[in-house]
Amino acid sequence: MTHGSLVERLRDIVGTEHVVTHQRQLATYESDGLLQYAVTPVAVVLPGTAAQVTAVVRACHEAEVPWVARGAGSGLSGGALPVEEGVLIALSRLRRILEVDIPNGRVLVEPGVTNIAVSQAVAPTHFFPPDPSSQIVCTIGGNVAENSGGAHCFKYGFTTNYVSGLELVLPDGSEVTIGGPELDHPGYDLVGAFVGSEGTLGIATKIWLRVVPKPEATRTLVAFFGSTVEAGEVVSRIVAEGIVPGAIEMMDNLSIRAAEGATNAGYPVDAGAALVVELDGSEAECETRFEHVTELCEGADSVRIAHDEAERELIWRTRKAAFAAMGRIAPNYYVQDSVIPRTRLAEVLGTIDELAKEHDLQVANVFHAGDGNLHPLVCYDGSQPGEAERAEELAGLIVKACVDAGGSITGEHGVGVDKKRYMPSMFDEEDLATFQRLRCAFDPDGRANPGKVMPTPRLCGEVPGPYRRHPLEQAGVAERF
Amino acid sequence: MQVAEAPATREELGAALASAAEAGTPVRFRGAGTKQGWPPAPPPDALELSTAGLNEIVEHNAGDLTAVLGPGVLLADAQAVFAKEGQRLALDPPDLGATVGGVVASGDTGPLRGRYGGPRDLVVGMRVALSNGTLAKSGGKVIKNVAGYDIAKLFTGSFGTLGAIVELSVRLHPIAPDTATVLGDARDPAELARATDALGRSALEHHGIDVSWGGGRGRVLARFAGAAPRPQAEAAEKLLRAEEVAAEIVDEDDSLWDAQRAAQRGPLVVKVSSLPTRLPQLVRAVEELGGSLVGRATLGLSWVRFDEPSAAAVERLRREFIAVVLDRPADLDVDPLGPMDPATRGLMQRVKERFDPAGVCV
Repeated sequence: MTHGSLVERLRDIVGTEHVVTHQRQLATYESDGLLQYAVTPVAVVLPGTAAQVTAVVRACHEAEVPWVARGAGSGLSGGALPVEEGVLIALSRLRRILEVDIPNGRVLVEPGVTNIAVSQAVAPTHFFPPDPSSQIVCTIGGNVAENSGGAHCFKYGFTTNYVSGLELVLPDGSEVTIGGPELDHPGYDLVGAFVGSEGTLGIATKIWLRVVPKPEATRTLVAFFGSTVEAGEVVSRIVAEGIVPGAIEMMDNLSIRAAEGATNAGYPVDAGAALVVELDGSEAECETRFEHVTELCEGADSVRIAHDEAERELIWRTRKAAFAAMGRIAPNYYVQDSVIPRTRLAEVLGTIDELAKEHDLQVANVFHAGDGNLHPLVCYDGSQPGEAERAEELAGLIVKACVDAGGSITGEHGVGVDKKRYMPSMFDEEDLATFQRLRCAFDPDGRANPGKVMPTPRLCGEVPGPYRRHPLEQAGVAERF
Repeated sequence: MQVAEAPATREELGAALASAAEAGTPVRFRGAGTKQGWPPAPPPDALELSTAGLNEIVEHNAGDLTAVLGPGVLLADAQAVFAKEGQRLALDPPDLGATVGGVVASGDTGPLRGRYGGPRDLVVGMRVALSNGTLAKSGGKVIKNVAGYDIAKLFTGSFGTLGAIVELSVRLHPIAPDTATVLGDARDPAELARATDALGRSALEHHGIDVSWGGGRGRVLARFAGAAPRPQAEAAEKLLRAEEVAAEIVDEDDSLWDAQRAAQRGPLVVKVSSLPTRLPQLVRAVEELGGSLVGRATLGLSWVRFDEPSAAAVERLRREFIAVVLDRPADLDVDPLGPMDPATRGLMQRVKERFDPAGVCV
């Protein structure tokens, strides 16, 4: 089938107005949240129902055309970057909340529903814990694809801990339900394998989520220290005391200055580090623990305790402003998403400092200190010749330093197209070939989001060797899993 | 079944698996052997391959609350090591004599599941051996990591049918300094449901809300843990009394929870996956069949025990519920997994074929 006849078929499925082919309109979709990459697809199709998604995927399968699914396009790894000869399937019209079941703590949503909309739908008694900074725009479908985290995942976990079931369209256009509203469906945990697969295994058209009761009390403080090392030591002591805060976030001096410029929160701009600690839970437990944390912060230059919701909101707004405010420091920046074992923090931050000096660039650090997820922001000026290349090289060396310390290339942004070149620093050929086995079970033709996650393109081939049926299976007594 | 000499390293285990696969010999992996009766019996010509030799605690990174360990480490031994630093792997299935690998491969859980999740939520990295001789890893040893596919979740609960787990990285949690449990009595299923609903909906931060039912009476247990568990327990007691449920606080509460765990084993045990609000229907069905039950009320997971095993009881539960058979007599004629949608089954079959194309991991 030619692209032209595929586009005709897509128009028949979703209606002419929901298929975008004009160059100018296609430009809207050529990048996701990572603007360094841009690719124009053949067409963008916006299905309005799960049945239309199935029909669209089937049409692509029959036309042998690859496709990429996209939610809000707020991802930071180029995971929703279109492919040139392919179709972009935008799921933003599938935004119905289909079921809210508070007594069972379940919500059934379509993939285009935003993260914040889930918490709003179950408020005021419940909430959906994963809270990426982009939560007012990012979609649940995207959260499932990326296994999104957020500031509160040290205590509450990630998207994967809150998805109990999925209705999927597989890349051959077939439909399958894995899991459901109940936990622990029989057989393999395909839900666990699908969440975080970055759109390479299929499209989730319905998603069962778990929501949990809102904690009774929340206490938040921000403490300012002379250096990130001092602040890091306090984090270690908090954790060593057996305290599991809802969130522990750290900002270094450059981030404090940028964020302060944006929010005028009154932060000391000469502080070496700001440490945000938030405890939540029962009133009594929270109070006891919070006193303890306050004591542990005694060595800080100053401590600000949020006395009401407005003060708490300001602390969080300032923390979340750090990325966007980086424009005050430099015209461009690279965000990294590496993870280190938390106890290696001082050492790795020292290495990052040295590397930044060697490259004559500034690196701001904003990070989820509890789980060691760093977000080094490599600042540069793209208009200066060679600076972007130098920044990219520095970013790569920072990733390497984190992996060498026993960490990971990505904690929550995903591999996408941006970090696939770093995959061999964590995984050898046998590991990657094993990943490919999963991919091939779902997408043997490799049409779902090709060119992402894996460092080099791979084919599936047939299942090698004859499949031997277990004697009990032959007898119809039992299945293999 | 033949028993192979227990491999001492993961390379040896991988090689033994690969050579069995080459010869077309089915392989059954074994940890401590506490749950060998759960999957279908292996064919008579199968080779048993033990993970008992892979029993090293490779790393305990107390400051990072993580550990790396061989699958053959006994859960009790691992807990003893972690406890020296006031930590634990938050898994408390009934058999402390089980291996960590076996607990993960079977997805077995106890009351701590309510607060910390199950093995799927606590394993952060895994090395596996496949039947073609591949040794591969996924994940890592940090608690937050989205690089690559989550192969560990696929192998968790797979009963070794995709390959062998040869090393695990896990997340640990601090052991709470103090606990207290509220114990409520329920005279009928509706009262039991009212009690669990009141507790489950509350903002109290519990360490598990369990139920038990047998012989026409039920109990609800809510555990609180932390620096100050008593005020929460008192609040929970008040909630139960408001529902007219007789309740008391038990400070020395370990034995209560040990009993919950122990009741997950028996001559015939069926694990039911349901929703919390369907507890009364389940209790009525269990009562009608002469069984007893323990469960994680807020998760909708229950373990139904029958002292007189019968396939008919399993079938009866499956008319209304998703029910997987765990403990059972070898001669009981039941499919352990029960009915499954053909499309779902087909996808699982394709996963099996890709990971174990020789079809020897049984």
